[in-house]
Amino acid sequence: MSVLVNKDSRIVVQGFTGSEGTFHAGQMIEYGTKVIGGVTPGKGGQKHLDLPVFDRVDEAVKQEGADVSVIFVPPPFAADAIMEAADAGIKVVVCITEGIPVNDMITVREFLRHKDTRLVGPNCPGVITPGECKVGIMPGFIHRPGGVGIVSRSGTLTYEAVDQVTKAGLGQSTCIGIGGDPIVGTSTKDAVEMLMNDPQTHGIIMIGEIGGTMEAEAGYYIRDHGTKPVVSFIAGATAPKGRTMGHAGAIIGGKDDTAEAKKEILTQCGVTCVDSPADIGITMKNELEKS
Amino acid sequence: MNVHEYQGKSLLKKYGVPVPEGIMVNTVNEAVEAARTIHEKTGNEVCAVKAQIHAGGRGKGGGVKIAKTVEEVKTHAESILGMQLITPQTGPQGKKVRKLLIEQNIYYPGPSEPSEIYMSVLLNRGTSKNMIMYSPRGGMNIEEVAEETPEEIFTEEIDPKTGVMPYQCRRIAFNLGLKGDAFKNMVKFVPKLYAAYLKNDATLLEINPLFKTADDKILVADTKMTIDGNALYRHPEIVEMRDLHEEDPMEVEAGKHDLNYVKLDGNVGCMVNGAGLAMSTMDIIKLSGGEPANFLDVGGSANAKRVEEAFRIILKDPNVKAILVNIFGGIVRCDRVAQGIVDAYKNIGEINVPIIVRLQGTNAEEAKEIIDQSGLKVESAILLKEAAELVTKVLQ
Repeated sequence: MSVLVNKDSRIVVQGFTGSEGTFHAGQMIEYGTKVIGGVTPGKGGQKHLDLPVFDRVDEAVKQEGADVSVIFVPPPFAADAIMEAADAGIKVVVCITEGIPVNDMITVREFLRHKDTRLVGPNCPGVITPGECKVGIMPGFIHRPGGVGIVSRSGTLTYEAVDQVTKAGLGQSTCIGIGGDPIVGTSTKDAVEMLMNDPQTHGIIMIGEIGGTMEAEAGYYIRDHGTKPVVSFIAGATAPKGRTMGHAGAIIGGKDDTAEAKKEILTQCGVTCVDSPADIGITMKNELEKS
Repeated sequence: MNVHEYQGKSLLKKYGVPVPEGIMVNTVNEAVEAARTIHEKTGNEVCAVKAQIHAGGRGKGGGVKIAKTVEEVKTHAESILGMQLITPQTGPQGKKVRKLLIEQNIYYPGPSEPSEIYMSVLLNRGTSKNMIMYSPRGGMNIEEVAEETPEEIFTEEIDPKTGVMPYQCRRIAFNLGLKGDAFKNMVKFVPKLYAAYLKNDATLLEINPLFKTADDKILVADTKMTIDGNALYRHPEIVEMRDLHEEDPMEVEAGKHDLNYVKLDGNVGCMVNGAGLAMSTMDIIKLSGGEPANFLDVGGSANAKRVEEAFRIILKDPNVKAILVNIFGGIVRCDRVAQGIVDAYKNIGEINVPIIVRLQGTNAEEAKEIIDQSGLKVESAILLKEAAELVTKVLQ
């Protein structure tokens, strides 16, 4: 077991023939992911990376049984791409694109409310179930199959955590990059809940950052329903108020947005918070040995 | 992206939001001319002279003055234009005033008692919907109102399918205690304000104060507007409004090279790939006994050219006593980044601050070897923990 994606997932790549789509589709295939083809409107019928190109997502669903999509479409067209995938019946949509306007994402969230589709991202590194399926841009080789589930709003900071977990002699069940935007499809709490219910996951690493209340919501869920150790790092303790720190969602507006406030809530909810990002892996190992 | 008050008001006006008569000016002569024009239009000689900088609290710093006559407009314009305006939001160095807004005085007498209201439109991240936040206690810092009298702050969440509904506008007007024409005018005002927020792709539209005049008009006295940077591609007219004087020159320079840089006040510079890791690196600097001098995300590629530009920008900051480079090479190979760092170092020539380079990920060992054998004054590390210890060491 794992969550969101596994060895049976059939991936369609939206924005397949572009440079990003081409490069990362190649990397995914190399990792062993079942990429069934891709979509680029107007290029249907062609072959790319020896795989079929479709004009529309629903064709990829009908002809190749695609059930997961990964999106590398430029920001002005990405919201439309997400909704097209959901409309075609794709179950898990992973949107890598960074820079989608907030208003477009409000529309997407509203659209998805009535669809049986889970969106991960946008502005995220993707989802990986090590040894089975890589849907995104993360470097595959740092991962190792195991029992630690990871949820994070960041890219390279997630790789850092993954690497520490692997070097501590542990492995990962599924790593979910939920994205750094103010509106994302899957919240920290959603991801934690999935991992909490996954029998293969024995411990959870939750990487948050300044801005928003997603970590606090996850904290309350863990307090009420948690059955596994959770280790958390919140980035941005030194970030100034009112400035966007790279991620569109990483901005301190009010006092609930600070790293300090989030750590305080999480600690009260029974989460083990680390102050240094260098201690994530070893702390997870220690917590797993205790439990 | 932030815009000036006069620009925000022009964006509001486009959607029918009532704003006072006002004219932006760059010189004292233009200010006098503007005051005469407004006098003719409104029949009232009293004007507000308002400094245009990207910071709140301008009145407290002497950047907003009421002039009873055109002669006074001249005096105030002379004193405010060119001044270094210090407000609670500018920091101690203040900001130079280069533009003024000459505006009709809205605090005129009339049949009813005028009042100040607070209103803003913003994203509720928790529900992924926009909301209108408002309070009868206008003209104050809303965070203070939230502390002192949270019961006086109200919100209306907007359904994206329907937009703001008439019953919501009525509820707003009721909660604000408005009556008669003021009530009617508020009910008309709210949908226009929401449209202006939505159509301009704003992420924050704050009206503080929103003014109920003595003759029951609803007017935007001051506005702060932040536009979604990711939506600027569909608003070329707003892109034109960017005022580089209002931004940190180093941040502007960094932006030209596609580097995401935020200037801070500390003594240890940093260069990192990825925003989350960059924030974490700042945190590590603090835990190691330093203070971060900046946030800097070199992005995914981290090639030699970008690394060199990043070094040049960090080194322009005289407070920087050490630099921590923290790269997690995933798709990017660390040995290439290491070579880029060595090349950049040599190109720049004299670098007098110690540099700590931490490269982890693909080919990290080879990268460390390249750094160690370069003969440069660079400390290298692979583990984040080691990098943190090196920061402590070089600061001592």
